[in-house]
This record gives sequence, structure tokens and C-alpha cells, in this order.
Amino acid sequence: MRLRLVPSETNINFFRFAGLTFGASVVAVIASIILFLTMGLNFGIDFRGGTTIRTESVQSIDVGAYREAIDALDLGDISITEVFDPTFRDDQNVAQIRIEAQPGEESASTETILAVEQALQQVDPSITFPAVESVGPKVSGELIQAAILAVTGALVAIVIYIWLRFEWQFSVGAVAALIHDVAITIGLFSLLQIKFDLAIIAALLTIVGYSINDTVVVFDRTRENLRKYKTMPLVEVLNLSANETLSRTLMTSTTTLLALLALLFLGGDVIRGFVFAITWGVVVGTYSSIYVAKNVVLMLGVKRDWSGTDKPKGNKFADIDA
Amino acid sequence: MLQISLFRRIVIFAILIGGLVLALPNAFYTRVEQSNDARAVIESGLSNDDLSAVAGQWPDFLPSGLVNLGLDLRGGAHLLVEVQVEDVYAGRLDALWPEVRDVLAAERDTVGFVTREESGTDELRVRISEAEGAARALELVRGLARPVVTVTGAGASDIAVSADGPVLTVTLSEAERVATDNRTMQQALEIIRRRIDEAGTREPTIQRQGADRILVQVPGVGSAQEVKDLIGTTAQLTFNPVITRTTDPATNVAPDEILAPSLDEEGVFFVLERAPVVSGEELVDAQPSFDQNGRPAVSFRFNPSGARAFGDYTAENIGAPFAIVLDGEVISAPTIQSHIPGGSGIITGRFTAEESTNLAVLLRAGALPAGLTFLEERTIGPELGQDSIDKGKLAAAVGLALVIVFMGLSYGLFGWFANLALILNLCMIFGVLSLLGATLTLPGIAGIVLTVGMAVDANVLVFERIREELKTAKGPARAIELGYSRALSAIIDANITTLITASILYAVGSGPVRGFAITLGLGIVTSVFTAIFVTRLFIVLWFERRRPRTIEV
Repeated sequence: MRLRLVPSETNINFFRFAGLTFGASVVAVIASIILFLTMGLNFGIDFRGGTTIRTESVQSIDVGAYREAIDALDLGDISITEVFDPTFRDDQNVAQIRIEAQPGEESASTETILAVEQALQQVDPSITFPAVESVGPKVSGELIQAAILAVTGALVAIVIYIWLRFEWQFSVGAVAALIHDVAITIGLFSLLQIKFDLAIIAALLTIVGYSINDTVVVFDRTRENLRKYKTMPLVEVLNLSANETLSRTLMTSTTTLLALLALLFLGGDVIRGFVFAITWGVVVGTYSSIYVAKNVVLMLGVKRDWSGTDKPKGNKFADIDA
Repeated sequence: MLQISLFRRIVIFAILIGGLVLALPNAFYTRVEQSNDARAVIESGLSNDDLSAVAGQWPDFLPSGLVNLGLDLRGGAHLLVEVQVEDVYAGRLDALWPEVRDVLAAERDTVGFVTREESGTDELRVRISEAEGAARALELVRGLARPVVTVTGAGASDIAVSADGPVLTVTLSEAERVATDNRTMQQALEIIRRRIDEAGTREPTIQRQGADRILVQVPGVGSAQEVKDLIGTTAQLTFNPVITRTTDPATNVAPDEILAPSLDEEGVFFVLERAPVVSGEELVDAQPSFDQNGRPAVSFRFNPSGARAFGDYTAENIGAPFAIVLDGEVISAPTIQSHIPGGSGIITGRFTAEESTNLAVLLRAGALPAGLTFLEERTIGPELGQDSIDKGKLAAAVGLALVIVFMGLSYGLFGWFANLALILNLCMIFGVLSLLGATLTLPGIAGIVLTVGMAVDANVLVFERIREELKTAKGPARAIELGYSRALSAIIDANITTLITASILYAVGSGPVRGFAITLGLGIVTSVFTAIFVTRLFIVLWFERRRPRTIEV
């Protein structure tokens, strides 16, 4: 007896609610952009400079007392958040303190950090500082540039690759799906105000990689079916391809999610934001390869009658398949 | 049909065994690490029974490469330092001034008197009293230019001189700046390395980044401050003639003089000649010691040319005070009692024993050619790192178990083939990481866990395809054959796109993110290998032995 996520034969019409699903995606992307513009992102020190100090203590944390102690130092805007994690011991109380970049300093001066540490030791003598990180405004500016470069670079490289291997319509469809995934993830981070740092950029790129992986598998089958059923309408070919690959799509998403959920719950709070982003991205990426990428291809149409030309142009590398 | 040549089988098994053997040391991490350390000590010439015993903990016929743990897992300090390369320009121009003065003074009839004017630190401004002589002066100063020795800047000269009426402006040429910057960076790297080595920390990473930055990573230190104390001090030691002593911080000084505060006496300043008699570069040794009153001090020795300059100066200036200046502050300003030949001496000041030891280390390692700015600093405690390792291990084990059970339930025997390949795949990732000496970071562990989830994808693609081919009843062998060949293009396309994103991450990212890109990219390569070759080989071996009439996938 085998575990089957989907029956061996499916005939789901993925375009039945095309207007609804595609519309929902468009609304979600627009909402994400609005969220990003209005609420902004909770940038970590990687992107806006400043210092974070992780504190750990056997005593329970009194955020108010911490704040009072640090406010006395007049360091501008500070944020103190207590960190909760199921993997912590009972007497392990962790807080994350963020201090903004001090004017005129490239990186937090030692005195600032020392002053904060001493002030906190007054409040709680058992406090320790397992991690102190400080990024100057110069570096954070460069990191923003590098991040934008990385995400756009990845998108462009993928467009080019898909365009070489498939028709340009597929390339546009794939990128629409990717932009959809990235935008919605950023929107979620904006809505939940989860710390957005360099690791999240890595997560975004991973989402891009995963989502394109999924989309390519569907496209690959579509390409095969387009050759096989030369007269079948495009919408049916797309639907057939999605149905044929549905089992694989869900299998892979499930194994990936199983691994990610283990990491999300057991991997500790340090990388939780990062893992959360990827987990979310796998869900969105799976959705978008079924409901976004194909719809765009359908809207653009694919030229199927190549009788007029000797060789299909633009897919010089399309015949590598065994 | 289902055939894999013997040669190919041997190659596949050889690669697998190679990966396993390379990964093996990581299973005994502490033991191998201790053994490697002991071997390094023995190699450096020291040897005793204890060391040999520790070295013998790991047999030397096995590979001993380990995955490097990143700072976020091992704990330690990470500093990104910017070298103020422009600092050096001012020194170069200061050194040029006596030459300019001398060459112009030799033609006083044409150019008149020569004075140095106040200017920015990146230029030298010289005024001559006879404006008509400007053309001749320009010619003379240009004659001082020397060719720059660089690969690209061949033929360029080191200075650019322009005249505006009676004022000549000398700046360093672009080629000279580039050459100077490179020299400065090399010196700074070397000196930071020496200072950190002197302090005896293990396996520091000190590498140049970009035009004017240095990345310093020191595992195992409790705070970045310790490292900053060590590398943040310029330790520029000079011996300058004293002109006067004053208590007025706003004293006006001539362009060839400097005003330096006293280190010990609050509110006391010295007016010094800008050009030093000797500088710390001429030191060959510095040791902590004590003066005749038993207070901590630092004794030093000059090289022959420094000794000569110092000896000559002291012989000519008996009774005059001179200042020992460290990073712009006067440590002490003794009066020269007698001619000091031999080039050794002692620096006294209000040192603690620790400070004198530190100063000796810094003087021995040499002065930094330029000041440093700390752009980024991160300290991770070792406990937090160990915590991350433990949690990462647990999460990876649970994730792996879940995936294995799920694959077994979904594909039966074929699923277990894929599971075996998955475990081999993980071993191979560690094997290659060890071989490359790559660094494993916390996001890197996440990358491995993600690989566990995604690695089965290629197998899933194949198995699903075999299921489909079975429906058209071509017989099991043919179905397996077709499943592999038809799934190939999807596998290749899907993985190349992920590989593209991983390489971009590697190129753009730094530190932990780069660690993630490495494990993700490596995981893709090894998982495609295991899916296309290893599971296939398992299936073929099984098929040859059993010859089943029907198969269930």
C-alpha cells in the first residue's frame, strides 16, 4: 500500500477559477506593495546600521527595567524585545536589544556597548551577552545595494536561462511567478514586522530558486505535450501538464516542508526568521507555479505552428533533452 | 535495456567511497581537530610523547580535512576594518618638503625665499618670494619626480606639480596613489597578522577585501574589544626634537612643526619638529623591562642606520630635550644627557606592567602605516555557537527522519533506494566541504536541511515518470529506462536555475550567507549526481538480481 498525496489520475481544471485565483494573486501583490510602502520593513542592522546585543539571564526579563537603564544613556531610539523559543531551558531568558547607529560613528564605539552592558548588569547581575553585533552606516548602505543587486541579478539570469531553453512567453510567465513570490513574501514581512536582514535576502533568493524549480518542471512537461499533442488547445495542454506533474509538485513540496518545519521548530530562534521566510516561500512558490506562471503563458499564447520557419528561433538549446 | 557499464559502476562507487572517506573525519570532530593541532605543533619542530599521543588519536592514512565552522557556530570576533590609506599621502608629502626646499634654495637668486604654506593633507603648497621665478621653480620641482613602478602605471611619475603665481602645489599622481595604497594595504595586512599571531590566537582569518578593507576573524575570543585593542592602535613611534613646552592648546605652530599633547601631564603640550630624527620603523627589537627605579618600561634597539642617526643627533644636541612620541602623544621628553651610541635605549612613562608588555608587542610588530576605522564588528559567544550547532543537528536529524519515512511510505522499495542515496548525498556534501576547506555557518546548516528536502526532488521526478510509463504497460525495464531519460530534461532545467541563484548568492553575499550558498549549491550538484547515477545504479543492481515481472513504484 502506498501513501498517495493525489490519486494516480487527476483531471483538475486549474483554469476553472482562473479569474479568481489570478485575481487573488494580483490583489495580494498590490496589497504587499502598499504594505511595503506604508508600513515599511523592520530592517535589521545589516541594512540600517546600529548595534544589536543579545542578552541572556537566569532571571526573568523585565523589559521596562532594561529600557529605563538604557534610556539613561541617551542613545536615541532603542528597541528591546524578549525572545521566546520552545528549545530554551526553563531558566534561559533571552532578550534582543537594538541601538540605532550613533551619529558620527562608523560602527558602535566600544564605549557605547560597554556603557549599555554595565547599565544592564546593574539591573541584573547574572546577565551575559552571548552576541554583540555592530554595523556602521557605510557598510549597511553597501549591503542594501548588494541585496538589491543579488535579487535583480538572480531574476535576470533566470529570465535569460528560461528564454534560452523555452519560448519567451514561458520566460515571462516564470518571472511573473517569481515577482509574485518575492513581493508577497516582502509584504508578509512588512505586515508582521519581522526583522528583515541579509539572511532574509538569502531566503528570498532561495524562494526564487525553489519557485523556478517548480515552474520549470511544469513548463518542461508543457513543452513535451505541445510536441505530442499538436492540435490540442493551449489551455488543455497546460491543464494536462499541470495534472501530470501535480503528484511530483506536491511530493517535493511536502518533503521540503517536512525538513523546513523541523528546522522551524527545532532550529532555534537565531535562524527562525530565515527559515520562516523559506517555508512561506515554498508554499507560495508551489501555488504560483500552478496558478500564476501558467496563466501568464496562456494569456500571452505560444506560437505553435513552426511550419513557416526552418528552425524555431530562440530555443537553440531546447533540444538537449534525451 | 537497463545497462550500466562495469567501468561506470566502478567510477560511481569510487566517487561514493571517496565522499564517505572525506566526510569521515567530521564524525570525530574534536578528536581529529586535536590530532591536527598536535601534528601542526610537531611539524613546527616541537615534539614530545604527549603531542605524539594526541596526534595518534587519528590515523594518518585517513584524510584529516575538517569542515571549518563559521564564527556563528564556533564563536569569536569578526571585524571589518577600513584602512585610512590617505593618511600615508600626508607623510609622503611631508617627506618631500625638505627635498623641495633644498632644490629651490639652491637657486635662491631666481626663485627667492621658499616657505611652506598651510594646506590640506593631500597637497604640499610652497610659496616663493620671486613670482617671476615660478617657471624655473616648477621645472626644478618637477625634476624631483620619480617614475612609479607598477604594472599598469608604467611611465607615470609619482608627483604632479602645478603653479599658481608664486605658489607651487605638489600632489601625488593618480598612479602613485594607487601604488601607495597597495603598499599601505600590504603593510597593514602584514602588521595586523603579526600582531594577532603574537597574541597567540588560533586560526585567525585576515584577508584583504576590496580596495581598502581588511576582514579580521578571530575564533574563540570573548569580545571584539580584545581584538580591537590589539589591532586598533597605530603604534607609530617617533623621536622628535622639542622646540618648546607650553600649556596653551591653541599655540600657533609653523607648517613644519607639530603640537603634541603630553600623555602623562594633563594640559601640557610640546611644540615639536615635524620631521622625526628616527622612527619606529628602524626598531629591531622592543621588550618590556624596568627602569632603574623599578617601574615598568620598554627597552628598544635600533637597526644600524637608526642607531647612527640617533647617535649623531644625541652627540650634536647634548642638553637639548627630545620627545618620544607614540601616535601623536608625547610619552616622555627627556633631556639628552650625553651622546648615546649603540642605538639602544629605554622608554619610561607611567606604564603599568601590562601596558609596557602590550607596547613592546606593538612596537615589535611594527607600526600600522595608516589609521583604521572599524566598519563592522560582530562577536558571537562560543556557548551560543554550540547551541546553534546542537539545534541544527537535532533539526537536521528530525527533518531527515521525516523525509525518509515519507519517501518510504510513498514509493516503497524505490523510496528506500532514494533514502539511501539521500544519506550518501549528505555524506558527500560533508566530504566536499572538508575537501574544499569550506566554512559551515548556521544558514549553511539550514542549506543542508533544505537540501534534504529538495534532494529527493530529482528522484521524485524520476519515480513519478516511471509510474506514468508503467501505465502504458511497456514492462518494468523499459519503464525505468524511459522514466530516467524523460525526466532528465526537467531535472537539469530545474537544478540549473537553482544553481544560478546559489552562485549569485555566493558572489554577492558575505559570511554566513555565503556559507548558505555553498551548502545549497553543493547540495544541488551532489543530489543530481546521486539521483541520476546512484539511485539508478541501486535500482539496476536490484533489477538484475531479481528480474521482477512487475514493479510497483
